[in-house]
Amino acid sequence: MGEKLHEIRLTVNGVPRETRVPGRRLLSDCLRHDLGLTGTHVGCEHGVCGCCTVLLDGEPVRSCLTFAVTVDGREITTVEGLREPDGSLSPVQRAFSESHALQCGFCTPGFLCTVTALLRDNPAPSDDEVVEGISGNLCRCTGYQNIVKAVHRASELMGEAEGRS
Amino acid sequence: MKPSAFDYHAPRDVGEALEILAATAPHGKVLAGGQSLIPLLNMRLAAPAHLVDINRVPELDTIEAGGAGVRVGALARHAAVERSDSAARAQPLLRTALRHVAHPVIRNRGTVVGSLVHADPSAEMPAVLVVLGGSVRLARHGGGERDVPAADFFTGPMESAAEPGELAVSAFFPALTPRTGTAFAEVARRHGDYAVAGVAAVVSLDDDLRIRSARVACVSVGPRPAPLDVTEECGGRPAATVDWPSVARAVSLRVDPGDDIHATAGYRRHLTGVLAERALRVAAGEAADG
Ligand SMILES: Cc1cc2nc3c(=O)[nH]c(=O)nc-3n(C[C@H](O)[C@H](O)[C@H](O)COP(=O)(O)OP(=O)(O)OC[C@H]3O[C@@H](n4cnc5c(N)ncnc54)[C@H](O)[C@@H]3O)c2cc1C
Ligand code: FES
Ligand code: FES
Repeated sequence: MGEKLHEIRLTVNGVPRETRVPGRRLLSDCLRHDLGLTGTHVGCEHGVCGCCTVLLDGEPVRSCLTFAVTVDGREITTVEGLREPDGSLSPVQRAFSESHALQCGFCTPGFLCTVTALLRDNPAPSDDEVVEGISGNLCRCTGYQNIVKAVHRASELMGEAEGRS
Repeated sequence: MKPSAFDYHAPRDVGEALEILAATAPHGKVLAGGQSLIPLLNMRLAAPAHLVDINRVPELDTIEAGGAGVRVGALARHAAVERSDSAARAQPLLRTALRHVAHPVIRNRGTVVGSLVHADPSAEMPAVLVVLGGSVRLARHGGGERDVPAADFFTGPMESAAEPGELAVSAFFPALTPRTGTAFAEVARRHGDYAVAGVAAVVSLDDDLRIRSARVACVSVGPRPAPLDVTEECGGRPAATVDWPSVARAVSLRVDPGDDIHATAGYRRHLTGVLAERALRVAAGEAADG
């Protein structure tokens, strides 16, 4: 007797997707294995590292601490969905690249999703607000100085694009 | 690691959730935000046969702030309660303490009621419920509801009065009363980590601005958050002349911390004293302004 499968529908990066998953399928594994979106990384599977952070209806959440069945019918944005409609890098992605805010890149998808939501809610955060905002994401090689710089740089780029100075 | 297999249930209302919990007890577990349960499942420290997911029960997604206090439904996320201005007006300690609960991303999913039922002695919200003298409302199929006072709700480390088959439907945090102030202070290795030590404090003054009552509840220094009344140690003096260091010392002597990889018992006791003084002074200051 096989494990019971549940039919679920997700809108991932704007595209409706359907799949069948057992109740215990983590959203992180559903994205990576069932839907082939391997940009979402998995580090610890207990909520500590933040690599697996994705946006659920725009809010950052841990995909390793969410069952895929629980979010049936909802909208997910992964790192693959952050780029601009014309395919160019988003301001947050550009800022991370320009500020050398990554080395191996393992932690980067989680940071990009977290920071995208952070800057949407708080377009010009202070240093303290940046550090608190990314406190749930670990980076084991770059160090945080350049990541903090990148968040401020992304805020500038977004301001320029909107005509804020 | 991955969770072991379980039967997944997604009730649409409280009645259905209670029926499933009754039918599957003691093998069913409630899944709320999953921010404590799913790590346990992933590490296979827990392997329930049935999971009852309450995320599709909208009637539990409520925050009701009124004159008496704030009633938080079982699906209200930490982030929603933290953002609620009406909840912060009725009882400011909620927002103050929630900012110490995990990281913002975890707060987007984790629920206040889930945190209470989980009953981690290092968690902030149990201490808040205890120091305010709040309660948790439990429901079971065919059995109606019962309100359990905070002082009886936390029965041991990771153990609460919620029995198999029961659903915690809401928690109640009493409102701030006049001439009363609240405060929360903690030390964590990184903002958002579980506290090495933490103290929630409530201080009330009488009409002459003398201490009428002073209470604390401490985090990470015992099997469960116990309410400590230090009114007597304050000696009925005006807040400005209370010997806060000696009151704080009394607090640190009444807790029962243990050693672990993060801190020794002695360091936790010391920190509890330092944090108690800080929290009591702030609460007394707020009381004088309120
Ligand atoms: C990296 C990380 C850091 C964290 N740091 C902190 C911290 O500093 N402080 C802190 O307090 N917490 C911390 N947490 C835990 C977080 O606050 C959780 O959200 C909370 O403890 C549990 O709430 P939940 O809704 O996620 O519950 P779940 O994980 O869904 O459930 C937890 C337990 O409670 C039971 N339960 C939940 N809701 C109900 C209900 N309505 N009725 C009956 N039983 C129920 C479940 O069956 C389970 O046993 C952290 C978590 C992570 C992953
Ligand atoms: S893999 Fe999800 S937080 Fe580490
Ligand atoms: S870039 Fe390597 S872990 Fe962050």
